[in-house]
Amino acid sequence: MNITVDAGKCCGAGQCVLLAPDVFDQNEDDGIVVLLDATPPEALRAAVREAADVCPAAAITVEERP
Amino acid sequence: MTDIQDYPFAAPAALEPPEEWAELRARCPVARVRLASGDEALLLTRYDDVKELLSDPRFTHHLVAEDAASITANESGGVFASGDGASVRGDAHREWRKLIGRAFTAKRVSALQPGIEATARRLVDEMVERGAPADLAAALGFPLPVWVICELLGVPDSDRDRFAYWSDTLLSLTRYTQEEIDAAQAEFAAYLRDHVAAKRATPGDDLISELITLVGALDGRVTEEVVLMTAKGLLVAGHETTANMIGKMVAMLLADRSRWERIVADPSLVRTAVEECLRHDANFGFGIPRYISEDVEIGGTTLAKGSTVVCSLSAANRDESAFEDAAGMDLTRSPNPHLIFGAGPYACLGQSLARTELQTVLKVLVERLPTLALAVPAADLRRREGLLVGGLERVPVTW
Repeated sequence: MNITVDAGKCCGAGQCVLLAPDVFDQNEDDGIVVLLDATPPEALRAAVREAADVCPAAAITVEERP
Repeated sequence: MTDIQDYPFAAPAALEPPEEWAELRARCPVARVRLASGDEALLLTRYDDVKELLSDPRFTHHLVAEDAASITANESGGVFASGDGASVRGDAHREWRKLIGRAFTAKRVSALQPGIEATARRLVDEMVERGAPADLAAALGFPLPVWVICELLGVPDSDRDRFAYWSDTLLSLTRYTQEEIDAAQAEFAAYLRDHVAAKRATPGDDLISELITLVGALDGRVTEEVVLMTAKGLLVAGHETTANMIGKMVAMLLADRSRWERIVADPSLVRTAVEECLRHDANFGFGIPRYISEDVEIGGTTLAKGSTVVCSLSAANRDESAFEDAAGMDLTRSPNPHLIFGAGPYACLGQSLARTELQTVLKVLVERLPTLALAVPAADLRRREGLLVGGLERVPVTW
């Protein structure tokens, strides 16, 4: 799995941080997404997929790699 | 369909959606409607259409153009016509937006959670002491979010009843007269002026104190305007919506008590159950308006420049093409990309806070009152009428 985030699209909703706090964080200054781990371990991937699916700004892209 | 229907639609039983939603999704995804003001607007009800329009950064809810529809029956046009946000421009607006974004990060909100939980427990204890039956909306639904907003603004919670009234009047469609609205707004403004003066003298660890520092370089009048706008925005967006949702959530879960029992048996369902209640809510209220400042094509139809469009979030959330068994409740639904907080660049900033409040309330209730039940048949629940945000008048419960 490879994750990319588009900070320009991010609306600071914080859903991703609530779902996968080890993978996503928010900038303290403005609440915009910060990617902590672009290639998270298997145990976190379901939460990451959910975060991408429910991101209100569609700012998270998940590439599934073999 | 060329005839114009009155909007909002009259709905059947309080927890049921209006029949028009399914009809319009199927046959008339861009429908002409007449608002309480008498003005005409276009209504979107399909999931894909609502999501696409809300995600388009060109269009906002500021209905300040001369040809924009007026939403409410009173003259001032309510919260959407007040030009909030337009009064702070350029760099000041970016700074303001950052400050609000900073206040509502998931981490900041998580830090509020213990206080929210302690307050929820205290309110439930007080409700239990007074004895069954109780009105859960009045005992818990309304006081808890007021406590949270007062905490954020640094306002003593002894003032919460006044805040609740001001919030109601700000969100009035038809419930209050223009005189009542004007009087309440004037009181609210006077209260906030005093509050800002007090915070300027003795700053605290709250949003108002931070705002004062932020706009300190500007003149005093601007500070006051920004603070008033922020406090109004927080009340409207953060109090009334969450307060109503607490009552509706509990009512939805108790209306079919097997739902409640499932969460009591497995409290790990709290998170997904809250999301499903948000999706399933048939009483969100008016919806989100958009002023169309240039022609745009949505779902194969051109929305003409100058139109006012209302996005029905709840109708979109019941769209069978986006959610399997959309009319039913699946407490384990995941992912649940509902649109109740909007979508795109103007999606609700306070959604982490709303989620945290709702999850905390549900967790506390299933732990403390596993035997909770509606004290009246679900069919007897009544909507609060004439407000922009939908809710139930009372949620009578026993335990």
